[in-house]
Amino acid sequence: MSVEPTPGPADVAGAADGDAPLLEVRDLRTEFTTRAGRVVAANDVSFSLERGETMGLVGESGAGKSVTARSILQLIDRPGEITGGEVRFKGADLLACSEAEMGAIRGREIALVPQDPMASLNPVLSVGDQIAETIARHQDVGAAEARERAIEAMVDVGIPDAAERVDDYPHEFSGGMRQRVLLAIGLSCQPDLVIADEPTTALDVTTQAKILDLLGELQAEKGMAVLLITHNLGVVAQTCDHVGVMYAGNLVETASLEDLFANPQHPYTRGLIDSIPDVDTTYDALPAMAGSMPDLTDLPAGCNFAPRCPHATEACQAGGDPPLEPVDGSTARVACHHAADLDLSEPTVAGPGAVGRRAVDRSGDPLFDVRDLRKHFPAGDGLLGSLEVDFDGGRPRVSRRSVKAVDGVSFDVYPGETVGLVGESGCGKSTIARAALRLIEPTSGEIYVEGRPLHELGATEVRSLRREMQLVFQDPGSSLNPRKTVGAIVGRAMELHGIATGAAKRRRVRELLQRVGLPGDAADRYPHEFSGGQQQRVAIAHALAVDPKLVVCDEPVSALDVSVQAQILNLLHDIQAERDIAFLFISHNIGVVRHVCDRVAVMYLGEIVEFGSVEQVFSPPFHPYTESLLSTVPHADPGRETDRMLLEGSVPSPVNPPSGCAFQTRCPKKLGGVCEREAPALEARGTGDGHRLACHLDLEAMSDRDAFI
Amino acid sequence: MATAAETVGRYLPLTARRERFSRFADQFRANTKAKIGFAIVLALVVVAVLAPVIAPYSISKTDISHRTEAPSVQHLFGTDSLGRDVFSRVVMGSRISLYVGFGAISGALLVGTVIGLLAGYLGGMTDELLMRLMDAAMAFPPVLLALTLMVVLGPELNNVVLALAFVYTPYIARVARSAALAERNESYVEAAVARGESNRRIVLAEVLPNCAAPLLVQGSLNVSFAILSEASLSFLGLGAQPPTPSWGLMINTGAGFMETAPWMIIFPGLAIGLTVIGFNMLGDGLRDVLDPKVDTVEA
Repeated sequence: MSVEPTPGPADVAGAADGDAPLLEVRDLRTEFTTRAGRVVAANDVSFSLERGETMGLVGESGAGKSVTARSILQLIDRPGEITGGEVRFKGADLLACSEAEMGAIRGREIALVPQDPMASLNPVLSVGDQIAETIARHQDVGAAEARERAIEAMVDVGIPDAAERVDDYPHEFSGGMRQRVLLAIGLSCQPDLVIADEPTTALDVTTQAKILDLLGELQAEKGMAVLLITHNLGVVAQTCDHVGVMYAGNLVETASLEDLFANPQHPYTRGLIDSIPDVDTTYDALPAMAGSMPDLTDLPAGCNFAPRCPHATEACQAGGDPPLEPVDGSTARVACHHAADLDLSEPTVAGPGAVGRRAVDRSGDPLFDVRDLRKHFPAGDGLLGSLEVDFDGGRPRVSRRSVKAVDGVSFDVYPGETVGLVGESGCGKSTIARAALRLIEPTSGEIYVEGRPLHELGATEVRSLRREMQLVFQDPGSSLNPRKTVGAIVGRAMELHGIATGAAKRRRVRELLQRVGLPGDAADRYPHEFSGGQQQRVAIAHALAVDPKLVVCDEPVSALDVSVQAQILNLLHDIQAERDIAFLFISHNIGVVRHVCDRVAVMYLGEIVEFGSVEQVFSPPFHPYTESLLSTVPHADPGRETDRMLLEGSVPSPVNPPSGCAFQTRCPKKLGGVCEREAPALEARGTGDGHRLACHLDLEAMSDRDAFI
Repeated sequence: MATAAETVGRYLPLTARRERFSRFADQFRANTKAKIGFAIVLALVVVAVLAPVIAPYSISKTDISHRTEAPSVQHLFGTDSLGRDVFSRVVMGSRISLYVGFGAISGALLVGTVIGLLAGYLGGMTDELLMRLMDAAMAFPPVLLALTLMVVLGPELNNVVLALAFVYTPYIARVARSAALAERNESYVEAAVARGESNRRIVLAEVLPNCAAPLLVQGSLNVSFAILSEASLSFLGLGAQPPTPSWGLMINTGAGFMETAPWMIIFPGLAIGLTVIGFNMLGDGLRDVLDPKVDTVEA
């Protein structure tokens, strides 16, 4: 990235822009008017991007990444307003362009690939029409020609059978395929710059790996520049040449990828890198940054990061934000008062009070024992929707179709241990949690809580047993009733189960809120007054209010920013150590699972394919699916190249699962006929005790790779 | 890890319950429609409460010598065919209208909310059954259904309230159901189940408070429809009976004197119009004010 501003000729066609960067953003300032006053969402952001390069823009939610990207395209709606700066694209200032001129540039010169493949495609237009739309807008071609080019664009992004699928509608594509369609729309006019706003955030890791690979290939092929907006440092490490880190509207550091990871200059960058639990590292506690991003309406007087910065001095507390300045001996530019005297090349070690993973005593009876649990949902709507008429063999046969969300799952949880359930979306993890707690009625199976058969109990008995088992949800905003104070939410469970009332209840609520890291007066406030991380703390307090023995955590940190995620994981960890609570921890994030769990169950299509201790599951022999999952996790370390095992296609429909082994349609190590005929049983195989695998392969074939830990 | 309280840091700079109310107040103040509607409704309530004080004459004292007198200083709205003061009757009539409007809609809210919440929260067959019943009731035009009910119940003011409550119940139930349906998918409901709450308590203490806003909007809109329906029924002779000063009844009697004493119908008509506009504007305004997606405060 060039630091020098290059005065380029004001010429959009850009014949004479040999020296000028493709895109140069200088002092871009975007403000929003809110009830609380003017808010600066992008505060004098400056960076530049050369042709063919990939630049990552990272930061947590609210950092100003998307606003910056949208400002470049002048896609800022009221109450937002671009109030200053320049955006030079091929030498011409985009901010001076009229709406009509921008219309010619958007899509043709600069394409935006939006985040959500579900919401960004029009459901009533075929994907071919949606791609052709962009082509027809910018190129002088007829309808038939546009359609041809749409098919070519689909072939380019690797959509199989493009010619047949061009008239299909978005709902007929999987999430990953829809993301490819969005890419095809973006790339259809051969733009020079693609702005990809969180292009893989809504996707599973195995799909994410494929989309990122594709983006890299297309970029190399077509020579376009990519501005990749993401919160995921792992994605950045795998794809970018340069990185910009944003915090509370400011660009706080830019550097080449290598420099950023090897020698971060800004304490926030360091914290961000440290907060991510990596698959191959053992932690006592994650190094967590204190606090969360300040609200933009109430920024600190000095450096925006100062209140959370471990290195902050008095100089940082006043006088506004430090400017972004070049660093000697590095490609980096950094906005920090202490850039010269801080060496942040070593990872931070966790603070005192850390508790390592403890040994779990499994000699007694399990706390929670699930045997052959099944949950089938009727497919389709209503009474008749699930019926299927089959005309094969003469007489029509009517059968009832069902979605086999969970199909014969057995596992146990011992007191004080954490069992993880991992798998991609749709594999039935959350359904297991709900069926095992009888929040939904399981179709069949047995569930024992401390030896009591939960599956046989009546409604009243189940209700009283709920004291033993609690739930923490993914979205803390939705799991707290917006009309009740935090104190009422947490206290209600105590009242309900007769633990405490009146003054005693209020005292316990206060203690509990303090324990999860909230001030005592939090009890009188409403959930919306808290940040996402704080809301999750309230939800944890709510779960702990009845002193449960088991807490089911359903993706408890996946809605949170990484720096806050580390705080919450540490809190759960400490609480487990104090109270000897067992956790059933559901997550799609392998790094997190690796960090918090004692034992892990890997799920695919409603079944457990591998179950064992973290050490067992993360080392050979691997189930092929586990191997693929582990190998596709992007590491937050650009120096590491994993030999990734990519999967073909997408997860089959649970209405009509494949014959034999559920994974056989995508398995890179498929043996042949036996995999299609027989479903492998989950058997104790492998090395240690209790490592169970469901696969026809012999141990040899499952062990051709090193351990991931 | 450092002590937990330190790691969390400060609150978001929103403060307490006051903030929520002040947001509501700001939005309300910025919404002209809501303000005008509220002013009209407030004025109406004041008039109704103070009616005996405001009305200069008795509403039933006839005075044959002063019949169908045009509006004057003595009789602001003139006198009717029996020499009664129209102004006094219109003022006292506000009590009838508000009684019917609020009475009928309170009843509809009570029953409709229960039906709607049950249908939305329980879903399945309960939902199908209850909502098909509501659909059946809604298949009739409201006034026609009210008319039929009045014929069965007999023309009396309290029966008007009863009939209109019945007529407007399905409209409330529909709104309650869709609100409950949306809230049911929020995970705080699941959290309540997981902590062992009974269904009844979940519906009443968790779901209902979150459905209050759309019900309030629907309720205030329906008050105006109910008032209009009462006027229609009374006009047709199936509502309040003479000498009750119902606005609809006054128009009914005045219809025969349209050419000689138009003030007999103009003023009750205006009163009906103003009331309906007031409740409609209040309802529309509340819808905007209470919907967080519509930010009426100019940015």
